[in-house]
Amino acid sequence: MNERVAIVGIGWYGFRSITPELSYKEIMYEAAVRAYADAGIDPRTDVDSFVTVAEDFDEGTSIFDEYVPDQIGAILRPVETIPGEGLHGLATAYMQIKTGLLDIVVVEGHSKVSNILHPSHITAYAMDPIYNRPLAANPYFIAGLEMQRYLYETGNTHEQCAQVVVKNRGNALLNPLAAHPAEITVEDVLNSAPVAEPLTRLEIAPEADGCVVMVLASEQTARALTDKPVWLLGVGWANGSFNLENRSWVDLDYVRITGEMAYRTAGMRYPRGTLDFIELDDTFAYKELQHLEALGLCRPGEAGYLTLEGVTSVEGDFPVNPSGGSLGFGNLLDASGLARALEVVLQLREEAGTRQLPDVHIGAAFGWRGLPTTSAAMVILGNED
Amino acid sequence: MKMRRVAVVGAGMTKFVRRAMETADELTWMASKMALDSCGLNLDDIDCIAHGSAPDSFDGVHMKSEYLSPGSGGWRKPYIRCYVGGGTGVMTPIHGWYHIASGLFDTCLVVCEEKMSSCQPHPQGAFLTIFDHTLERPLGPNLLWIFAMEMNAYMHRYGFSKEDFAQVTVKNRRNAMHHPCALLGGEITVEDVVNSPEMAWPVQRLDVSPISDGAVALVLAADKVAWRITDDPVWIEGVGWNLETTYWMNRDLSYPRQVEFAARMAYEMAGITEPRKQLNIAEPYDPFNYKELHHLEGLLLADKGKAPAFIASGEADIDGNLPVCPSGGLLGVGNPIAAAGLMKVAELFWQLRGEAGARQVPGNPKRGVAQAWGDLMQVATVITMGV
Repeated sequence: MNERVAIVGIGWYGFRSITPELSYKEIMYEAAVRAYADAGIDPRTDVDSFVTVAEDFDEGTSIFDEYVPDQIGAILRPVETIPGEGLHGLATAYMQIKTGLLDIVVVEGHSKVSNILHPSHITAYAMDPIYNRPLAANPYFIAGLEMQRYLYETGNTHEQCAQVVVKNRGNALLNPLAAHPAEITVEDVLNSAPVAEPLTRLEIAPEADGCVVMVLASEQTARALTDKPVWLLGVGWANGSFNLENRSWVDLDYVRITGEMAYRTAGMRYPRGTLDFIELDDTFAYKELQHLEALGLCRPGEAGYLTLEGVTSVEGDFPVNPSGGSLGFGNLLDASGLARALEVVLQLREEAGTRQLPDVHIGAAFGWRGLPTTSAAMVILGNED
Repeated sequence: MKMRRVAVVGAGMTKFVRRAMETADELTWMASKMALDSCGLNLDDIDCIAHGSAPDSFDGVHMKSEYLSPGSGGWRKPYIRCYVGGGTGVMTPIHGWYHIASGLFDTCLVVCEEKMSSCQPHPQGAFLTIFDHTLERPLGPNLLWIFAMEMNAYMHRYGFSKEDFAQVTVKNRRNAMHHPCALLGGEITVEDVVNSPEMAWPVQRLDVSPISDGAVALVLAADKVAWRITDDPVWIEGVGWNLETTYWMNRDLSYPRQVEFAARMAYEMAGITEPRKQLNIAEPYDPFNYKELHHLEGLLLADKGKAPAFIASGEADIDGNLPVCPSGGLLGVGNPIAAAGLMKVAELFWQLRGEAGARQVPGNPKRGVAQAWGDLMQVATVITMGV
């Protein structure tokens, strides 16, 4: 078994709300070429396996695996598709390298969501076909219900959720990659159109197109390829109950278990004290607070207060989503987690430009698959030997 | 570098049927439960789940893995689906293999399910959407068309007759008579096959495997843990997978290069240098009868253009030197896509443990290979197992 795994190359294309001049294949190519140049490898000879993250209905093609190899240099090589969150893809690459069978593995995830007329119509097809789909409700109602219950149980307030949007879209102003930066106020958020009470329009991350490609390698190879490997210290992922009728709406068991596994594999006993910052899913504003609490990074009911106090801002004690998160960066569907991980890598390589956090050594990325799932994944990354 | 050994310790399989009354999730649960019961474990003993299922469009469910997570036991556990079209059934145990071989987990439940009958009026409709939206879809192609082209290319390259292919259907349906889960076991003749209705020349009705519903599950365990569960673990010795270019129109369809590449990867890992001597059972993917022959050549078990002669010699029968598809294969047992691939791996498990009942290969087989294939005639997945 290989002992350690590192990210040795990153590439991306995007991120914008529409990409009319390029097809999904072309944005994959653009990102892949950057990643291979960054890692200094030739995909035709050096890469042992490729992992793509994609869902058929989002792509508009059944068996999307078919359309992967050519544009990322993977013809006649081991390739597989993971229909999961981007970080499930990273976890898959991590496991493949840890076996000792494979040395360099590439992970790709993209979004061409601008090709989809109404993304919520696609999401509606993820509902249980017998019990839930006949209700013909827009899946956002699940987020509304969950948010209502979350605010009630924890005492966090709607204003605190709105502050998350202000913070993340504000962070995105410093991020040239972000698709939806904006300077807005708490009032703007609360007064935007209601979607599913209490959730408002501006509390939902707007979609974006883009692609992220990462090159992972075993320790020995990583040291040969780069002077600044970013180590994959821990991985975790888990599912909860899929059925709306019997999932635990208060205790996010799948997030908690995902966090516990990531901390355990990273040998981390006090995550809040050890992590310098985190990039985590904020598909809905309240999700950032809920995920912080479920991951054990603060006490239940505390996340809103910490956000208002500025603890989670870029100048704060524990920056959360310095990239702008999905709210500011854009919701990339299943590639969102890879975009979160991309920011962590950029920060740990000190390549984050004007939004560079000072003196960061360990960061985490957490992704959730979105409505209506209870599926999450997390990676913990570090830049120190 | 020494790799962590991984064994299959239990297997379960539902009947393969044309139209299951159970939902997809219920089929998944049935197979998972049977696999756990077969080795005396329960879900608490399982560290993670590796799930496999082919197109979402069969069930019309987006994020199908989430929908199938309750039946697969993916509750409060790490759960990932892998997906390589028709190759999924053999990719999923590979996916389970690296979950354990990575050292992260000790036990893994591998589950594959397919329910094709939900797609009305016919699952071919789902396959319309696998083609390139610009170059191919406007032609209204279906799978029978493109396989007809591949079959034709293979026939013309070597001058085969339809009778050469028909003997595969006859053999596999005969083998399937002894499989308790089979859909189409029976004694038929070469004449029956070559006189069956023509679908897209040269493909005829009995050249093709049936549309089916079903699920299969395996339990995998790491080296030391496996010995605690069973006295007869079956070890996963080699894994390989490979993907060809999307542009099948530009390829030589008469030889599946990707199968050879995947097979070489698996054989190298398993230390197999002379596959024809070292392997005792082969379960190549046979959604069409010519595919079994095609894949025997790709797996290096027959010379190029010599696979029909190999089948005709009787060496591939259950009592032959290298029994091929003793389960009855997809042609006999049925073809619920992902589940059909995993059925082949489960067959190796039962055969190598000597638990295959009336279809048991004689002579205590020690090593076998299973293979699946799919996408746009593009992907190959290979696994070798031994005792």
